[in-house]
Amino acid sequence: MSGHNNPGGGFIGGLVLSSAFVLLYLVYDIETVHRGTPFDFKRVAALGVLLAVGTGMLSILFGESFLSQTTWLVDLPVFGETELGTMTIFEAGVALTVLGVVVTIILGISEDVE
Amino acid sequence: MITVLLAIFIPFIAACLVPFIHKILTGRRIGWFVITIPLFLFILLIRLVPSLSDGASYLYTFPWIPSADVYFSTHLDGLSMIFALLITGIGSLVVLYSIYYLSEREAIGRFYTYLLLFMGAMLGVVLSDNLIVLYVFWELTSISSFLLIAFWYHRKQSRYGAKKSMLITVTGGIFMLVGFLMLYAITGTFNLQELISMREVIAADSLFIPAMLLVLIGAFTKSAQFPFHIWLPDAMEAPTPVSAYLHSATMVKAGIYLVARFTPIFAGDTTWFYVVSCVGLLTMLWGSVNAVKQTDLKALLAFSTVSQLGMIMSLLGIGSLAFASSESAHIALFTAATFAALFHMINHSTFKGSLFMVVGILDHELGTRNIKRLGGLATIMPITFTIALIGSFSMAGLPPFNGFLSKELFFEAMLSLKEANLLSMDSLVVLFPIVAWIGSIFTFIYCMIIVFQTFFGKVHAPAPGQRPAHEAPIQMLISPMVLGSLVVLIFIFPNLLGTYILGPAMNAVYPQFEGMPGLVPEIQVWHGWEMPIFMTIGVIILGILLYGLLRYWKGIYRLGFLQWTLDRLYNATLQRIERVASVVTKTYMTGSVRDYVAYIMLFFIALVGIGLLGFQQFIFDFSNDAVIEINEGIIIFVMMCSSVAILFAKSRITAIILNGVLGYSIAILFVVFRAPDLALTQIIVETVTTVLFLLCFYYLPEWKNEHKSISMRVRNGLIAVASGVAVTVIALLVQGHSMYPSISIYYETASRLAGGLNVVNTILGDFRAFDTMLEVLVLFIAGLGVYSLVKLRRKKGVDHTEEK
Repeated sequence: MSGHNNPGGGFIGGLVLSSAFVLLYLVYDIETVHRGTPFDFKRVAALGVLLAVGTGMLSILFGESFLSQTTWLVDLPVFGETELGTMTIFEAGVALTVLGVVVTIILGISEDVE
Repeated sequence: MITVLLAIFIPFIAACLVPFIHKILTGRRIGWFVITIPLFLFILLIRLVPSLSDGASYLYTFPWIPSADVYFSTHLDGLSMIFALLITGIGSLVVLYSIYYLSEREAIGRFYTYLLLFMGAMLGVVLSDNLIVLYVFWELTSISSFLLIAFWYHRKQSRYGAKKSMLITVTGGIFMLVGFLMLYAITGTFNLQELISMREVIAADSLFIPAMLLVLIGAFTKSAQFPFHIWLPDAMEAPTPVSAYLHSATMVKAGIYLVARFTPIFAGDTTWFYVVSCVGLLTMLWGSVNAVKQTDLKALLAFSTVSQLGMIMSLLGIGSLAFASSESAHIALFTAATFAALFHMINHSTFKGSLFMVVGILDHELGTRNIKRLGGLATIMPITFTIALIGSFSMAGLPPFNGFLSKELFFEAMLSLKEANLLSMDSLVVLFPIVAWIGSIFTFIYCMIIVFQTFFGKVHAPAPGQRPAHEAPIQMLISPMVLGSLVVLIFIFPNLLGTYILGPAMNAVYPQFEGMPGLVPEIQVWHGWEMPIFMTIGVIILGILLYGLLRYWKGIYRLGFLQWTLDRLYNATLQRIERVASVVTKTYMTGSVRDYVAYIMLFFIALVGIGLLGFQQFIFDFSNDAVIEINEGIIIFVMMCSSVAILFAKSRITAIILNGVLGYSIAILFVVFRAPDLALTQIIVETVTTVLFLLCFYYLPEWKNEHKSISMRVRNGLIAVASGVAVTVIALLVQGHSMYPSISIYYETASRLAGGLNVVNTILGDFRAFDTMLEVLVLFIAGLGVYSLVKLRRKKGVDHTEEK
């Protein structure tokens, strides 16, 4: 959401997330981090692609053309008036894909080393 | 019509669900979930039959990629209905049969996923009205067929057959796509219904013949017409339910569908008639002659399918003559051929489906399909025998089975060519009934082989490891029994089928003759003593005679080498392509990363250079440029220093750090120019790459100064300088020109159209969402590629050490 009106966005978000993981791997080791976050990053990437393509498909069901995005203004209890959009889901998909792919590659190579 | 849309998408959705439901409904029980889908769709569709026979049709459109004229439009008319009913009806029976055919140990979930995928794709082919959508589904059927043939992928023959069928049908599909694009070039539409209404425009165009031939190649490859039929016998490596479903009842009929569908567009020309009917007849003769020599029952059925498809195809070819003739008596004669084609197609699905299931039962219960090791099963497996008898006799064209009716119509259509003495019939056309008759004799012979060599004669003792013969469980017999009884029922009530199912289909093939008397002829069991019945009697007498003397003349098959040449041609072509490809690839894949970078850069320079030459306006406009501030100057100076220093770095660490300096300076530059997004991205990318570099250290050899020849150094230096110059020139040129609309318009509209204030992201997520989505996909695929490459390499390494 912040990416829509302020600096940020799916791609950068994903990169920030993945660099966080990479730094964690550097500081601790792979096993320790995996105990904390037991994800299979290939699946994370797949989930991301599914989200990104899925939101695009969703718009077809509502009779709009592929990948149309909409936003709603919603009053959430904590955040106050917030803008919710399908864009957020799309960007989340992008972020997860980037995260998954980057971590998968780095892990793949580093596991190879050992 | 939402029903039609449902019919296409429900199988796909179900295919996605199968793996999850398989966890709840374990083992073969998953089949009971799968069977509900074709059954439900069958009922859904058959409820529309009465309204279709009243002349209704259902068209439904919604935009998919409207900018490229691609609309997801579905169209349900009589012709689509026949196919849709076959797909769902036979589909239900095949699923029921497969529940007991497959053993619990096999990957049943995977099997049903592929099967549902195929079902959806096939329904998509026959129901879509847009050519591009049709093409997508068409190739999807090829892919699902590939997956199903290779279901037992541990067998070499399965993999070979799968690859062969995929290569041939997909290549044909691409030809067809080119044909579709030509049609688009002529008319400017992809919509079938619009194309049909513009048939005069199409016929007058110079692309008419090429487009027709290309579409026909697509149809012929899919429907296994000569000389593309070679994939079908090899496709028999698939599990028998798949052969019964895809390779006899539905997928191979997609070509028939295409020909029938395009008849109103192309049939005005006699080229269409000659190509379709000659190829059809040749295929019929070739298939039936080859079927006789087979010893594997499934291969025999495969060739018989080839032959029957050829027969249907030739009928469609004759049916097209209706467009070329003017007298209404002649029109009725020729439309009767198309009627016979559609009628025989339904009949073929019933008797061939039941025969395939019978062969599957034999294979399942006895462990062999070889005729030489089968015999005397009539008393041991009475029900299976009865079904086989009905199926084969129907295929041979004997009463009281539906094959007799359509065979008579077939002869009648062939004879009508002579009677309707138009378009200066040459000697070729006189040959048609004779070829058809000879083909039918061979058809009769192989039908007798199926019945007598399998079920009569002496009982073979089971080979070691085989179970003694016994009747199949009743659950496996239900489906072939249903099909077998249909064979008889259609013989008794042919006109029910004629009015409700075939009538609307005829209207779809002949839109301009709609409602003409005689378009939907009444099917009669007895025609009186006329030529067709004499031909049938001749077939029976000669057939029995030749069958009895089979072992005396079977030797001539040793002369029939053409089949092997075709197969050999296919294999040799593949081998040659592989060899040439590997030679070509080896010349440029040197394994040196430096060479690859050189290729990329050279290509880039060439592209930019050619682009600029075409541009021919070198205006460097510096007037609007801002003054370079002192702090910016310092950053740029740092960047220049570091990049030059990389060249003289003595250790790898130094080089990487210098590279990092370069990267971070760019990030600072972005900050200075108020592009926080870019700066953030640049910093993170820089960090991650550094980590990657560190990881790769492990593999890299010692850093040493390579002593390359002077010419190499000059070459590489030139490439480097040239690419730098190219980038600079572009950057400077962009300043001075406004060839493309500036993106700054988004600054004004972003908030209103996309509801966001961050322009970069609204562009990425909204205005260019399609690009972003594709990039995400590419990234994902690339990630998987890297991962699997790394993993594969390691596996190889392990194997290597084990060998040591």
